[in-house]
Order: sequence, then C-alpha cells, then structure tokens
Amino acid sequence: MIMYKYVVTGLVLTGLAMASLQAAETIKSLRDKPLASESDKPVMYRWQRDREPIPRDYVQQPPLIPHKIIGYKIDINSNKCLTCHSWSNYKKAGATKISLTHFTDREGNDLANVSARRYFCDQCHVPQVDAQPLVENTFEPVGAVKQQR
Amino acid sequence: MKELLKRIKEKSRKIWEIIKKPTAKYSMGALVGGGMITGVVLWGGFNWSMELTNTETFCISCHEMRVNVFEEYKNTIHYNNRSGVRATCPDCHVPKEWHWKVLRKIKATNELYHKVLGSVNTKEKFNAKRLQLARNVWKTMKDTDSRECRNCHDFESMDYTLQGRRAIQQHIKGFDKNQTCIDCHKGIAHSLPAMYEVDPSTAIGPAEED
Repeated sequence: MIMYKYVVTGLVLTGLAMASLQAAETIKSLRDKPLASESDKPVMYRWQRDREPIPRDYVQQPPLIPHKIIGYKIDINSNKCLTCHSWSNYKKAGATKISLTHFTDREGNDLANVSARRYFCDQCHVPQVDAQPLVENTFEPVGAVKQQR
Repeated sequence: MKELLKRIKEKSRKIWEIIKKPTAKYSMGALVGGGMITGVVLWGGFNWSMELTNTETFCISCHEMRVNVFEEYKNTIHYNNRSGVRATCPDCHVPKEWHWKVLRKIKATNELYHKVLGSVNTKEKFNAKRLQLARNVWKTMKDTDSRECRNCHDFESMDYTLQGRRAIQQHIKGFDKNQTCIDCHKGIAHSLPAMYEVDPSTAIGPAEED
C-alpha cells in the first residue's frame, strides 16, 4: 500500500514538472526574451551637444534645453540653471532669460524672484538625446509657431 | 626667577660649547658619512610623511570630510568620467610646488585645531559654516589665479574650437576680462552652500516668518 502512494506522488510530480516546462516555453515576458536567457544590451543614448535654441512645436511648449545639463544641480541651496538664465545674469551669460510667468506664485502674486513652484526647471524643460521617435508621428505645429522656423 | 634664568644661561652655554668643540673621537669620514645618511633618512622621512598626508585616504580619515564633501564629490566629473582620470582631494586643495605645499601644510594646523574643537563635527554645524568655508576656498583660488586648477587645465593647451558652443563664448569672454577659473566654476566638485546671499537670483530665499 505504501509503495502505491509513492508511485502516485512520483507521477503527479513528474506531470507538474513537465507542465511547467511546457509553460516556460510558451510564456512571453515583457522583455521579449525567454525567461532563462540574457537580456539584450540596453541602448545607450548620448545627450546632444550645445546648439542654437530649438524652435517650439506647439503654443505654450516649455522650450527644450539645447545643451547638456550633466552635473547641474537644483536644490534648496542653489539652482545651477539660474546662474545663466536668471534676469540678473542672462545678459552677461548670453543666455535666454526665464519667462516673466515664472515670477508669479499660485495665489497670483508677482514676486521679486523666481517662484518656488517654477524653481525646478527640469520638471518642464528637458534636454534631448540622439534617440529616434518610438512611434511614427504626424504632428503638425500650428501656423503661429510654424512661421518662426 | 633670577636663579632660574641664570641656570638656563649656564646650561645653554654648556650645550653651545659641546656643539662648537671639535671632536677628537670620530674620524672625518665617519662624521661626514654618518651625517649624510642621517640627512637622507630625516629628509626622506619628512617628505614621506608629507606625502602620506597628501592622499585622499588621509583626507577622508576624518568623518567631517568623508560624510560631507567627499560624498558630494563622488557624483561629480572629477571623480567619475569618460576617460577615467581622477582628480583627488590634494590635486585641487594642495599646491604642487614645494614651498607653497609646505605653507599650505603649515596652515592646515588650523584645521587640526578645529578638528579638536569639533567646529564642524555634525551635519548641522557643517551646513551652518558652509558658506564661510566655501568663501575661504573661493578667495584662495581667486588669489592664486586658480593655480591648482591649472595644474591640469592649462589655458595655453586649451583648444577652444573643440569646445561646446557655450564654452567657446564664455571662455573667450572670461579671459578677455582677466577672469580666473573659480569666477564661474564654483561648486563643480562639491555642492554649493546656500547661494541666496551670494546671488539672490539663483536660489530660493530663506522662508519668510509669519
């Protein structure tokens, strides 16, 4: 009787193992590779080098950053971007000055300095890498912006 | 008191006499040879110990340096970069020329004094002193025309045409105005102190108290 128990358990285990083997072959993971294989090497993109300001693609688009910002820190102590783009520094640095809208706080008060809610530049303004678009795109900027090009 | 002075005078006179007296016991060769060997050992030992205090390991053996400025430096281009050349603490903070180096080492005794006092032994104390400390370094760099930067970054060997669009403009403008590296390149190897006091347009001011 005991022998019989062992045989049944063995059969069930073998069945389970085979089923899971089969499943492993059919499961398709998000990374598009069989579970036991190595992933593809991640693609490395390069930050684009300094260039002329990039035209906007739509009205009210936060302008893109046309230069690298590696190592630029924005924290409670200082904001590296503003050392060139603030209203007192932009002329000396030959940079674009930040928009007047950045001096208004959320209650609508005009401040003497950049508002805290606009302080973290890279929440809206981003630099670009040499990546190609992931999907095809037929976006057309409206005429008002297009004419600038 | 007079008695003591007299005894000191007597003692120093005796020592001077010993120094002055020609030796009758040792040969000329032994004296010169022995002198040379002692000289080499002492001079070598002096230089060896000075170089020992000129290493990153020595700098960060104090927690004041290790947990504050060293941690910040590890995220910057002077620590980690494409070519793998690294500038460590003494490369920027200790002059390379001998006499300037010795002067800096002598000045560093002040740092030992503050280590004992515990002037910056907590994060809070360090941050409170940070602007002052940074200004000290900026002033030194300004006074020496950024000498330590130029051990590696020499104007003469800089090819502006290979630099980025902004760098070309700014460097040429800066050199025309006789500016030095530190005038613009502040906070490149460590985080900046609260800059509101230095340039209010580049930082959030202190919170207003109601």
